Amino acid sequence: MSTTTIITLVIVLAAVGYVAGRILAVKRAGGNAQTLHSRPVYYGSYAFLWTALPSLILMAIWLAISPIVIHEAVLESLPERIQEESAATQSLSMGMISSIAEGLTRLTPTELTRVSAGFTALRPLLAEKGVPLGSNGEDFMIAAAKNLNQWSAESHLWMTVAVIALAVLGFAYALFAIRPRMRARNSVERVVLVSLIGASDIAILTTIGIVLSMLSETIQFFSAVPPHEFFFGTVWDPRFAANVGTTSSEGQFGLIPLLAGTIYIAFVAMLFAVPIGLFAATYLSEYAGPKFRSIAKPLLEVLAGIPTIVYGFFALVTVGPFLRDLSAELNHLVTGHYSNFIEAQSVLTAGLVMGIMLIPFVSSLSDDIITAVPKSMHDGSLGLGATRSETMRRVVLPAALPGIVGALLLTASRAIGETMIVVLAAGVAARLSINPFEPMTTVTVKIVNQLTGDLEFNSPQTLVAFALGITLFVITLGLNIYALYIVRKYREQYE
Amino acid sequence: MTDTTAERATPDSTRVPREIGIRRRYASERRFKACGLIAILIGLACLAILLFTVISKGYTAFLQTEMRLPITFEKSVIDPKGEAANNPRVLMMANYPTLARDALARELGVDPKDRAYSRSLSGMVSNGVRTQLRDMVLADPSLIGTTQDVWVLVEANIDSAFKGQIDLSVDEGRRKINDLQVTWMKELADRGVLKKRFNTGIFVNGASSRPETAGVGVAIIGSAYMMLTVLVLALPIGVAASIYLEEFAPKNRWTDLIEVNINNLAAVPSIVFGLLGLAIFINFAGLPRSASLVGGLVLTLMTLPTIIIATRAALKAVPPSIRSAALGVGASKMQMVFHHVLPLAAPGILTGTIIGLAQALGETAPLLLIGMVAFVADYPTTPLQPATALPVQIFMWANEAERAFVERTSGAIIILLMFLAVMNITAIILRRRFERRW
Repeated sequence: MSTTTIITLVIVLAAVGYVAGRILAVKRAGGNAQTLHSRPVYYGSYAFLWTALPSLILMAIWLAISPIVIHEAVLESLPERIQEESAATQSLSMGMISSIAEGLTRLTPTELTRVSAGFTALRPLLAEKGVPLGSNGEDFMIAAAKNLNQWSAESHLWMTVAVIALAVLGFAYALFAIRPRMRARNSVERVVLVSLIGASDIAILTTIGIVLSMLSETIQFFSAVPPHEFFFGTVWDPRFAANVGTTSSEGQFGLIPLLAGTIYIAFVAMLFAVPIGLFAATYLSEYAGPKFRSIAKPLLEVLAGIPTIVYGFFALVTVGPFLRDLSAELNHLVTGHYSNFIEAQSVLTAGLVMGIMLIPFVSSLSDDIITAVPKSMHDGSLGLGATRSETMRRVVLPAALPGIVGALLLTASRAIGETMIVVLAAGVAARLSINPFEPMTTVTVKIVNQLTGDLEFNSPQTLVAFALGITLFVITLGLNIYALYIVRKYREQYE
Repeated sequence: MTDTTAERATPDSTRVPREIGIRRRYASERRFKACGLIAILIGLACLAILLFTVISKGYTAFLQTEMRLPITFEKSVIDPKGEAANNPRVLMMANYPTLARDALARELGVDPKDRAYSRSLSGMVSNGVRTQLRDMVLADPSLIGTTQDVWVLVEANIDSAFKGQIDLSVDEGRRKINDLQVTWMKELADRGVLKKRFNTGIFVNGASSRPETAGVGVAIIGSAYMMLTVLVLALPIGVAASIYLEEFAPKNRWTDLIEVNINNLAAVPSIVFGLLGLAIFINFAGLPRSASLVGGLVLTLMTLPTIIIATRAALKAVPPSIRSAALGVGASKMQMVFHHVLPLAAPGILTGTIIGLAQALGETAPLLLIGMVAFVADYPTTPLQPATALPVQIFMWANEAERAFVERTSGAIIILLMFLAVMNITAIILRRRFERRW
């Protein structure tokens, strides 16, 4: 019986339990539902949960654990010499065994009898069935594969029996336990509450998952490349993953040029976005009439809703070539030569386009914070004879300053973590430079570069992406927490 | 008397009553106001330029140049040895482009065998004609020997030239379409054989290395599977988590930790979620790379904070009197939440969910890391099969060198923006329609 069939069966039984539970409860109350402790629905749900929940939990646990157990058992059944080999070779052998096992299930019984001829005979047969195998298989693997198949089948059979038995037991118990005075609602609500708690813990689990997964890969990376070379190295040159083993130690993984590029591009973006965003926010909150505001604000926020890949494309085909041609024209005016001093992919291009993307973040966050400043301060200043701009500059903005700084930090963290714009517009050359007209690269670009295409795990070329990722995570997390801290502190001042 | 002394003491005070810098202050006021207006105009101008660029480069992608050719399915070309009945590969492998070339030569009245014309003729017709004619013959082998009028795609460069995107005044050697082809193109266009027709291919085709046959069909299916996964997982989990945090959670350290966590997750760079997906879903759990299910799971984790924040706001907006009334007539706390508060908060939750989905739909970076950058030509039938996503398809096309792909990329962006616009407008309408002020 396939897994889906079992699940369907359990659910159907549970549904029957639901109907039966409702009817039984009313019946045992002598046909008068008002003498029941809970409404009939809860007795039905009680039976449903007792049937479905324990059995499905058992099934989930079984499905999670049994492959590991069987894997260990097969590994133990292998010849001595395999057991003495390194973990990597063992996992290769196990991979081969599981492909053979997969292939064996596709053979007809008559073909199965011929399998005992050995690996060399089996290989073309399986290739015909759509399971290509490497040439380095050995005969013992066939026996292991047969074991694997047999044990998997046995495990599946026992699981089916156990799950269905548990479902039936739960079904019987629930229907037996239903009494008019039984507190069915309380039991059902307790289950619901537990699942609500479980759902809210997923946020924690995600964070733990992010940290643990990246940490383990990063530790592996640091066993190949010393941390000080990563954090303080000024050269980024991670050779190709293809020549691992021979030259892996020669690759240089210096974080500094990537970090410099990231911060430089984010700085240019902020230089563009912050004045525009702040001025836009002050205008919207102080001068704009309700009509203008109701049109301009949503339109500016459209900029935040456009996917970053669209900005990347815009930078690649429009802004980059435009800046390049513009610089050539300027150069022609000054020196008479048509040579461009701004390259199409450059810090300026990426920063400018990223700046456009950030305008709505700065403006809406600041707008919220400015409107949160008590109206009395604003009116008081106007009443004393200050102009609107003076009120804004001398009273409202200083009062809103901590919040605005928090908003800018949040924006900066977004600029640092931005990927698609820089992948398309900043270039891939990792270098240290202060010229904004040249391409530089960022941490995010290198994460994408190292992880797209064919991957070979366990090589430092791939693992470095996780080290870069955790660096990025820590930087943005630090900025976010600091920003939230500032915003919270500010909020308390006026409430 | 006093007047004169006063006048002497401050001689200017009556003639220019307020020489306390009011003019300077008003000027600075005007400057400040103008700066604000200019800032908003710059922002709006950026939006306008961005949209104008994409639309002006992309709207032509929805039209595709095609030719109506009377193609003769000659037996001597398709099945010269007459073995199609017992060898199905003959029909698969036959040289269909020759049929199209010959038909075009007859249309133009030139000899297809002439070396001078042969290459230029073949260069007019898209290579996609091979699969197009093959599928026709495979579906109906009785076509062999007959002549049918078929609309075939022209080659990408001819298409660009016909749309006026290639400068035909430059030297012949420096463009990808020669003078002979230009004259033919004009002749055929005058006779109505060659014209622009609505391009359904861009919506239904899968990946292709030739721009004229490339489409976002597979990407749309992949994105749809992902959105479905996000909806099925993120909505219930997000709503459940918000209900707990908003209605049940005691104020303690653990709850505080969860709240801080959710706020932080909302600001974690999306690429970090890609790394998480790669390490946990692919490496640890062994799910297949490039599968839309994995993409959906990663996007679910990314969208959860958005949905939770929106749902909590919606729950908060339900007035406490509703809760008190429900509890007062004897509802349990759980009944109060599920029977009274949640239905009233539903429009707000729905709006938040749609906005979260729209964000997830446009997300690219995490999908690159879990292998969605794949050349997938066939439709995936389950979420476990390799697929790609709309924004990833845009990324791949943006990296293609051929100029005709720029048009395709912009076209795909227009499609993506359309989806996003529809989702956001739905959210706005829902909010306007069902929003309740208490």
